[in-house]
Amino acid sequence: MNNDAAEMYRQREKRVEDAIALRVPDRVPIEVLFGFFPAKYAGMTVEEVMYDPERMWESQWKVLTEFEPDMEQNPYAVRFLGPILETLDFKLLKWPGHGVAADLTYQFVEGEYMKADEYDHFLLDPSDFMVRTYWPRVFGALKGLEKLSPARGIITYYMGVPFGFAPFNLPEVVDALEAMKKAGQESMRIASYSRRYAAAAKEAGFPMQFGAFTQAPFDTLGDFFRGTKGIMLDMYRRPEILTKACEKFLPIMFETAINASKASGNPRVFIPIHKGLDGFMSPEQFKKFYWPTLRELMVALINEGCNPCPLWEGNCTSRLEIIKDIPAGKACYAFEATNMVKAKEILRDTVCIRGNVPLSILVTGTPDDVRAYCKKLIDVCGKDGGYVMDSSTGLDDAKTANIKAMFDFTREYGVY
Amino acid sequence: MRNDLVELIADLKEQEALALARKSLDAGIDPAKILEDAKSAMEIVGKRFEICEYFIPDLTMAGEILKGVSEIVKPSLKEENKGGKKGKVLIGTVAGDIHDIGKDMVTFMLDVSGFDVLDIGIDVSVEVFVAKTKEFEPQVVGLSGFLTLAFDSMKKTIEALEQTGLRERLRIMIGGGQIDEDVRRYVRADAYGKDAMAAVTLCKQWVRG
Repeated sequence: MNNDAAEMYRQREKRVEDAIALRVPDRVPIEVLFGFFPAKYAGMTVEEVMYDPERMWESQWKVLTEFEPDMEQNPYAVRFLGPILETLDFKLLKWPGHGVAADLTYQFVEGEYMKADEYDHFLLDPSDFMVRTYWPRVFGALKGLEKLSPARGIITYYMGVPFGFAPFNLPEVVDALEAMKKAGQESMRIASYSRRYAAAAKEAGFPMQFGAFTQAPFDTLGDFFRGTKGIMLDMYRRPEILTKACEKFLPIMFETAINASKASGNPRVFIPIHKGLDGFMSPEQFKKFYWPTLRELMVALINEGCNPCPLWEGNCTSRLEIIKDIPAGKACYAFEATNMVKAKEILRDTVCIRGNVPLSILVTGTPDDVRAYCKKLIDVCGKDGGYVMDSSTGLDDAKTANIKAMFDFTREYGVY
Repeated sequence: MRNDLVELIADLKEQEALALARKSLDAGIDPAKILEDAKSAMEIVGKRFEICEYFIPDLTMAGEILKGVSEIVKPSLKEENKGGKKGKVLIGTVAGDIHDIGKDMVTFMLDVSGFDVLDIGIDVSVEVFVAKTKEFEPQVVGLSGFLTLAFDSMKKTIEALEQTGLRERLRIMIGGGQIDEDVRRYVRADAYGKDAMAAVTLCKQWVRG
């Protein structure tokens, strides 16, 4: 075995690339979302790693070098969030010290942050809606921005200039700008650690799983703006405008992904799937409201040389025939509770599949249970390549011995 | 316009259903009868959900229509018509977990199915679960949790109910996120349900039995 880090990096990158391209790699790749498991493993609280970037580094590095996944997930942009969330007084999460205990993971707080009658404002000028309406609602520290006048009206010396800047002199706007400046400094800190971590991991022979993050337009609208109940009712009460809003989000979601992917030089784009699952809408609703803009987003990314990597949360078995309609060998679909036998059967010539080791087993079961489940996955899904081993979702509370069993067994039994 | 309220609600025709409810009330129809129709419609909705003809958005929409009909008829409703209940269910999201969408849906479906439901909220400590169980004396306790951290909270809650001697009189059901048969065994619950209708079915079995 070649211990040279550069060679290991190349091998690992190739292993995952082969799986995505539906070629047979040297063995089944394994990569996971560690979540806050590293903090627990290193004897730290979630609060410590969310606030202290050095502790974050220490815990993540320990897990990376001891478990040696084929690809790493950069922890900074998704978990070193304490200082920036606090600066902004962010309302969409509860995190240690802000609504949950020090040793618990952060949790999402849903709300209707865009009312049903605000679709028109959003459609006219999304950025204006965000800055003057959405930001003041989701960031307590930016409440003052609701006093601004629309930027689009400040055009020239007799349109906008004479009065348009007046709000910037209001104390609450000045406070908001001050908070934004502080948030800017925290952003720089996250970016700096994130860059250095990726470089150090590369130096040690580990590529990053993802270089960008985006969402299905329907999910972005539902998760952060309309809320689950709001968007579900919109499918009945205002279907046309809902579709228009999803279409409005499509280029925004594309831009978010492509800019980050180009900046990181990593083609793999992570896309968590939240509201398109079985049960969360009918197959007809999925085809009408959810899939068209998600498919278009993924195809546009593929055309730019990216690999869309959606994590289909929950069960998506009834969607398999629909989501098969994507260029072959370019995407990787991770599944949580979807029937993997059916997934392999239907997607075998189109998409690499990933994941599905249940957290219920990883948290409550034994290493033998884990090995038995992984064997079944490798036998069925790993046949002829096109499969990446992973747990069904983030490992936060999994038992160490069970994670170890998943890694060791895959490296041993997963060799082609 | 069709004039069968049951059918309109079951088919999720919101505007038509609300208009008919108003019209019926104005025409002097007993408000209790209108509400009864709305609840019969919810039973059809529940059945359609069970056979996968309806999905969560349909349940949500039906719930909104039922709420709308209730708001229309409630002011005219006599107190005695608010009715007897089938049994008592205590429900909450366990300690450390703040998720509520699934729990709220179960609460709603149990309520429209005729149960007296006490929803004690999210991130409910073991102590509060025990105290409320003593006070409310439910036949069924429902523990909800979306995250894996909920497994241990459920386990501790059930252990505490065992230690205080409350467990014997209770059936305990769990549900949410990662919950499956492995988790049920781990936390020692009586059953797990994969959705809101499963919770209704379990409660109906247990309370009858």
